[in-house]
Amino acid sequence: MAIVLNCHPGIGPTVTGTALVAVDNFSARYDLDRLKGTFSRPAHRLYGESYHDKILVLVTAKGGVASAWMLREMKERGIVPKALVFDRSNTILAQGAAFAELTLVDRFEAGDPTRLILSGDELMIEPARGRVTILNRA
Amino acid sequence: MRLGEEERAMLAGEMGPARQWAIKHQIAVGDFFDAADFVRVGQAHIMADTESLGASGVAWLEAIARLPSAERRVAVPTITDPRGLDFASYKRLKQTETMAGLEARTIAAFEALGVLMTNTCINYQTILPPVFGEHMAFGDTGVVIYCNSVMGARSNFEGGPSALAAGLTGRTPRYGYHLEEHRGGSKHFAIGWRPRDLADWGALGGIVGRACNSYWEVPVLSGLETPPNSDELKHFGAALASFGSVALFHIPGVTPEAPTLAAAFAGRPSPAAVPIGAEDIAQFYATYAGDGDKVDVVVFAAPQLSLLEMERVASLLKDRRVHADTSLIVATSPEIKFAADRMRLTQSIEQAGGIVTAGVCFYQSYAREMAEANGWQCLLTNSAKLVNIIGGYGYRPTLASMQRCIDSAVAGRLV
Repeated sequence: MAIVLNCHPGIGPTVTGTALVAVDNFSARYDLDRLKGTFSRPAHRLYGESYHDKILVLVTAKGGVASAWMLREMKERGIVPKALVFDRSNTILAQGAAFAELTLVDRFEAGDPTRLILSGDELMIEPARGRVTILNRA
Repeated sequence: MRLGEEERAMLAGEMGPARQWAIKHQIAVGDFFDAADFVRVGQAHIMADTESLGASGVAWLEAIARLPSAERRVAVPTITDPRGLDFASYKRLKQTETMAGLEARTIAAFEALGVLMTNTCINYQTILPPVFGEHMAFGDTGVVIYCNSVMGARSNFEGGPSALAAGLTGRTPRYGYHLEEHRGGSKHFAIGWRPRDLADWGALGGIVGRACNSYWEVPVLSGLETPPNSDELKHFGAALASFGSVALFHIPGVTPEAPTLAAAFAGRPSPAAVPIGAEDIAQFYATYAGDGDKVDVVVFAAPQLSLLEMERVASLLKDRRVHADTSLIVATSPEIKFAADRMRLTQSIEQAGGIVTAGVCFYQSYAREMAEANGWQCLLTNSAKLVNIIGGYGYRPTLASMQRCIDSAVAGRLV
């Protein structure tokens, strides 16, 4: 049975995909090998994992204004997450998502989404409605 | 969002496609953060190194640059963060002609928009500092946190596209740190000692940043016995922003919105203070340490060096020579480079075997490609911000004082 999570209205189109979850943060500059499409910072909990086409569910965005350009550049090259889901986004990732027309949501009524969503869950994200649906549990 | 007459005209395309894109982008961001309206800004500051832009980003900028002059030129003074490549030094760093070509195209595009190529992340020390209460659209986390905290300016972290949008429209959505309600302290840290070195200040920023871990937290530091200077606050703020995504801090008796501890918390009760002691700093250093390793590259950057830091590097290198198997790189702003040239500081550093770069910063300069081309892995720096960033580019970073960095550069290994 589908589980519905309400959040603040977000950015970008409705998408469906597979969740990749970690109690960690996100910066395109600090954390990613954008050519290989993997997390490259050894201290990151998703180190070595591919982010391509995944719905990343993380706590927040960190440092690095560069991410605002990089999301679009990643999308143009076709190696990009399908969507970003945060407990609370910083301004850079919201701006970058708006520029790249990439799906991003945050501020969930039920709290931190890294505690609500599991890696491997099939999700549908509807930013305009402020809604994330867990279609299938991992 | 509530729009004024000029904003509606931009949205309708009456002021050209660039300003129409800009205001649409800003409305999308403003809606996300529940902004009620726009606020006019005094300056915009754009981070847009070519590694971040990529070829597609450069082409996107060039499309705007081809518009008629009246439609493409920025509406308020708009300046730039460090670039990805210094034409005077890129060959020595083994950066490529492809990188240089992208850089030249980007500069041409920005100049066509009327952007001033200041190429600096220390504009508050070298270009035109904001004044208390002035709204800005600044696009470097270190610049934002310094100007918000030390000068009392009002800015969010503005990524490159948003800073460019602010330059084109002359305004930004009124959310986040443009609003008084977000500027009061939310966490309290007690420092019963004074950091001795710029790297200590960066380490302190890293510790507070890790504890905050949110753009929306505002740390307050009490217990400092004497006021820090500008370079100390620069390193502290840059690390705090890098580790914690923090954009504002208060130090009672030092920063302008916090004449007292009570004022720092904007009338709310002060939370219990979390103590940070010298042992916490030692533990922070230990997480970025590799004693006994050969040192491939020593970097002074992130943020760019002030004139006083340049003088200190030159003094520490006096009558010494950087080891043949180690590179030493110094990054400063073009304005400081001119001064350092005139005062023969550049000459002193380069005669000792260092490379002085202007208008760039190490991590914004294709760090991964430089590592591969030069065989660099072990990096030593006095910048806590840089050790936080550079691990993701394949380096093994060590944090140390400027003195230890120089001594190690001369020895060719960590000393």
